[in-house]
Amino acid sequence: MSKPEFVYTTYIETTPEKLWLALTDGDFTERYWFGARLRSDWKVGSSFEMVRNDGTISDAGKVVECDPPRRLAYTFVNLSDKYKNEFPALATFVLEPYGKLVKLTLTHEGFAEGSKFYSGISKGWPAILSSLKSLLETGRPLEIPYEALKFEG
Amino acid sequence: MNVDNFKPTTVYTIYIAATPEKVWQALTTAEFSRKYFFGNAIEVEQRVGGAYVVRQSDGSVHISGEVIECVVPRRLTVTFNVNWPELVERLGPTLVSYEIEPAGDAVRLTMTESHDRTIDDDILSGGRQGWPAIMSSLKSLLETGAPLVIRMAPPQQMLAALKRMGIKTP
Repeated sequence: MSKPEFVYTTYIETTPEKLWLALTDGDFTERYWFGARLRSDWKVGSSFEMVRNDGTISDAGKVVECDPPRRLAYTFVNLSDKYKNEFPALATFVLEPYGKLVKLTLTHEGFAEGSKFYSGISKGWPAILSSLKSLLETGRPLEIPYEALKFEG
Repeated sequence: MNVDNFKPTTVYTIYIAATPEKVWQALTTAEFSRKYFFGNAIEVEQRVGGAYVVRQSDGSVHISGEVIECVVPRRLTVTFNVNWPELVERLGPTLVSYEIEPAGDAVRLTMTESHDRTIDDDILSGGRQGWPAIMSSLKSLLETGAPLVIRMAPPQQMLAALKRMGIKTP
């Protein structure tokens, strides 16, 4: 049986530079990522953290690749007890100009078989990336209540 | 048609700032679909057993099927058979299901493509390439009033795999 891998592609009417900023700037991510600020100096090997409104860290990992505005990769795992036996999985973002659009492809891989974290991110990414697309195209993120994602457990 | 033995092969979820009714309208009318579905016009008889047809801009039938499930504005399941010679005979029918769920002020739209037998990944690459483009453009259309301009040819690996199976493509 193959190990789980999550792949998601979306097309956004924006520039690679704006999309890059939206993926790496904490002020920006806070608006569309369920309030999470990404924190990193984006140097390969540096720490990567998701910071909640109250300053606590929800997820942590390391920067693996940073080639603005084309490729960004980092590992992370959620730090809650629910996922205490899980290890960081690798999320890679590829930004490709596509006519007047940008094609964004996210591949999230390196999960153990039966990973609960995999199940969680599979529900989270479509909401986060849909809200990102709305924010870049309309100036407004989506208001999706966290509960609407129907996480298990 | 019994769809119990169909298994999902491709699932795509997208959240859209729109009402379920607007999303339903976009999925079931020619007027909307022409704008986001590579110029294709969708015609649906909204009842179980009704016809589901997708026409190309020249009027020719590209996809034909039958409505399996129709719960306005929540759930639409149709057979979705591309009109290429021998395709259904060799690959069996394709099933496409749309689920529309409220999620705060937005809706979650989930598209599921299913098949009743094992289908080669090379053949599935057509849908896996196409659905994200179609759904992204549908979202832009409903949120901004303008669809995306996405030009796309069928993936070479799909065309080659169909050719190997004796299925002719345009």
